[in-house]
Amino acid sequence: MADIRNNFIGIKSPNPFWLASAPPTDKAYNVERAFKAGWGGVVWKTLGEEGPPVVNVNGPRYGAIWGADRRLLGLNNIELITDRDLQTNLREMKQVKMNWPDRALIASIMVPCVEESWKAILPLVEETGADGIELNFGCPHGMSERGMGSAVGQVPEYIEMVVRWCKQYTRMPVITKLTPNITDIRKPARAAHAGGTDAVSLINTINSITGVDLDSFAPQPTIDGKGSHGGYCGPAVKPIAMNMVAEIARDPETHGLPISGIGGITTWRDAAEFMALGAGNVQVCTAAMTYGFKIVQEMIAGLENWMDEKGHVSLSDIIGRATPNVTDWQYLNLNYVAKAHIDQDACIKCGRCHIACEDTSHQAITSMVDGVRHFEVIEAECVGCNLCVNVCPVEGCITMEPLAAGVLDQRTGKPVSPIYANWTTHPNNPMAKVAAE
Amino acid sequence: MANGHFIEGIAGGRLSSEQYTDNFSDLHPPLDHHEALVESDRCYFCYDAPCMNACPTSIDIPLFIRQIATGNPLGSAKTIFDQNILGGMCARVCPTETLCEEVCVREVAEGKPVQIGRLQRYATDVAMSEGKQFYKRAEPTGKTVAVVGAGPAGLAAAHRLARHGHDVTILEARPKAGGLNEYGIAAYKSVDDFAQAEVDYVTSIGGIDIQNGKALGRDFQLGDLMRNYDAVFLGMGLGGVNALRAEGEDADGVANAVEFIAELRQASDLSSLPVGRRVVVIGGGMTAIDAAVQSKLLGAEEVTICYRRGQEHMNASEFEQDLAAANGVTIRHWLQPKRVIAENGKVSAIELEYTAMNGDKLAGTGETLRLNADQVFKAIGQSFVPAHLNGSAEAIELEGGRVKVDAEGRTSLAKVWAGGDCIFGGDDLTVSAVAQGRDAAESIHRALASNGRA
Repeated sequence: MADIRNNFIGIKSPNPFWLASAPPTDKAYNVERAFKAGWGGVVWKTLGEEGPPVVNVNGPRYGAIWGADRRLLGLNNIELITDRDLQTNLREMKQVKMNWPDRALIASIMVPCVEESWKAILPLVEETGADGIELNFGCPHGMSERGMGSAVGQVPEYIEMVVRWCKQYTRMPVITKLTPNITDIRKPARAAHAGGTDAVSLINTINSITGVDLDSFAPQPTIDGKGSHGGYCGPAVKPIAMNMVAEIARDPETHGLPISGIGGITTWRDAAEFMALGAGNVQVCTAAMTYGFKIVQEMIAGLENWMDEKGHVSLSDIIGRATPNVTDWQYLNLNYVAKAHIDQDACIKCGRCHIACEDTSHQAITSMVDGVRHFEVIEAECVGCNLCVNVCPVEGCITMEPLAAGVLDQRTGKPVSPIYANWTTHPNNPMAKVAAE
Repeated sequence: MANGHFIEGIAGGRLSSEQYTDNFSDLHPPLDHHEALVESDRCYFCYDAPCMNACPTSIDIPLFIRQIATGNPLGSAKTIFDQNILGGMCARVCPTETLCEEVCVREVAEGKPVQIGRLQRYATDVAMSEGKQFYKRAEPTGKTVAVVGAGPAGLAAAHRLARHGHDVTILEARPKAGGLNEYGIAAYKSVDDFAQAEVDYVTSIGGIDIQNGKALGRDFQLGDLMRNYDAVFLGMGLGGVNALRAEGEDADGVANAVEFIAELRQASDLSSLPVGRRVVVIGGGMTAIDAAVQSKLLGAEEVTICYRRGQEHMNASEFEQDLAAANGVTIRHWLQPKRVIAENGKVSAIELEYTAMNGDKLAGTGETLRLNADQVFKAIGQSFVPAHLNGSAEAIELEGGRVKVDAEGRTSLAKVWAGGDCIFGGDDLTVSAVAQGRDAAESIHRALASNGRA
């Protein structure tokens, strides 16, 4: 049986599935239930400074988009950090950590961007026995208007500064949580790295409006006729999050910096993909908020089963395995040629591949052959774009078949070259370093 | 149509060989990969799921369906087998329409439940076709347990006991293991010799020795088992068939439906199996439906089920009744057999009397009906035969004519547990027998672990 125990920057947990800082980790009651269900760790919902806690709106905090069968695809929220008293949270955290010594308990923190505020809260958190802290530089609504959350996360210099304070004032490992509401995720990651962070976690939520009520003309969720942007999360954001994780994992300046992957993780497969791209573990929120804590059982069993099937013994066998395969476009092999192939036995003759190709691409799929409805790839036109595969409703019906070296590519009239050649050396590239051939 | 269709009397070869093959193919063909994904996507992953609570073996249905949806059919199969090692057969024969699927929230909301049974079959088929074994035996305990009967209860008990490291001997009266899975289920519900494949799958854990042709009371006695084994599990089912109590029922052409069903399952050549041109089945349960539908599929021209109460009282589920109707079986209600009419010793008709409720009592109205028939099947229930248990040991306590057990499956005898159809209070379902066998095995294991001998 595969060993899925996780050691993330020295913080140990029985599995790599942590609950992200969010409503599911706001109280001892929830966290106890999560640990009973099997979660490896939690990042406790973000603590603010001493004093009167923040207040939340009293109307809808969440908006969503759904598939036709009400499958929740994306969720957005306008909730703030914990609206409970700091001491209450600290007391509960200490008790929960004592009750569950084998689980990871991380404190998420967001205080004003001044040294004294950070210096004040860190010893209080340290006293709870928490395994580490996560700096919330990601919250994109409400708190950012007060100069915290993503307002810090969007300014690399601030990130570096606050991380330095934290590394100076606590012995606890520091995870810096990044906002995706920025053009180049590598910049804040480098800043956190420069400040001495032990790890980064990403992504926090994405600025979003999930819908507009077309009767009241108000954005959703609507509070007394108005709405503000929320933070978007759930399955819909996974591709964006995975790219950002990979960007940091393969950036020479931050390569090797531990990453806790977050963003739409719903199944074991999502988690495995994040880890393959370089995440040392993962954090989950929306899936738990949709289905309850029990889903972690599927994640644990699914990950173990896949690792067993593939012969992966421990998480180190999979973490970062896909990172070297993420590259820049300019390094992709331009001599690689693939053609779509339609399995006629599997084809249900809906015609979507044809019309997608005919109207919007390369006119490379027939619709009629000898007077009969028939969909077949015209190899002389097919550029191997994969659009037909993606629009086909039948899994495995259309496949991309690579042409072996030496085989005639009917589109170009030339045999497929066995030599790797990319844009940097292509004759059409005015900046080509070396001429091809 | 083959020439034999309208032959009078009881005859084989009524259909062409293609028709036999077609008629007895899989009732619910397996879901393919794509269908399984689409179907699993319909599951809402309910909290405290009604389906799970409706399952006698408490399979975590939302979890196993989610595991199919996430591309982990082996994990899904393990979730099923953890609770029900005969999950493959139950996926085929469970009346899901009155268990998990009846309470599926999508059934309640839309009248279209998630097809739990077919999804369960999908996952278990993947594991069994790969020969994937999920359980290892614990270190041998040196304890021995005798199991009487290799049906669902006995097999489930044996597997759980073997897992715990005990050595199990199953004594089975029939030539093959499987019990009603092998002998009592309509052929189109268990094609490709699935019952034997499942027996092999279950016993491959090791430590289970099945001895066929060993009948309790004939080849061995309960007292011997109690002396020679550390514990005994009784799962021998029901050996008796209720009589019609109709005049002339010993005529040629009157048969027990359970024997007909068993014979059909064991037949290697269905065309050699004789069936009447006009068949009447007396009863209102699953056995009646199985016998009637299969008579029709064997080429009987006219098949009628006669049940002495109304449609709403039938034990056969609505799905089963519809299945019978779709196959051309006529179901008539409020009729009880009165007299079997024979010519030259052979059945030629049956006379039935109309019934009605007289207060809370069912009574004949005096009005009669005569149906021509050359074959009559009795399917009015089976009964436990306690005689085999007696004589060799202290008498076992019965209740309602069956073995009395407590919540853990313990009988009145110290070393003896029981489960399946032979116990009182069951619902005569494969899946319930599995649950009882499994739970009795856990009880036996606890007893053996605590004091050495049960």
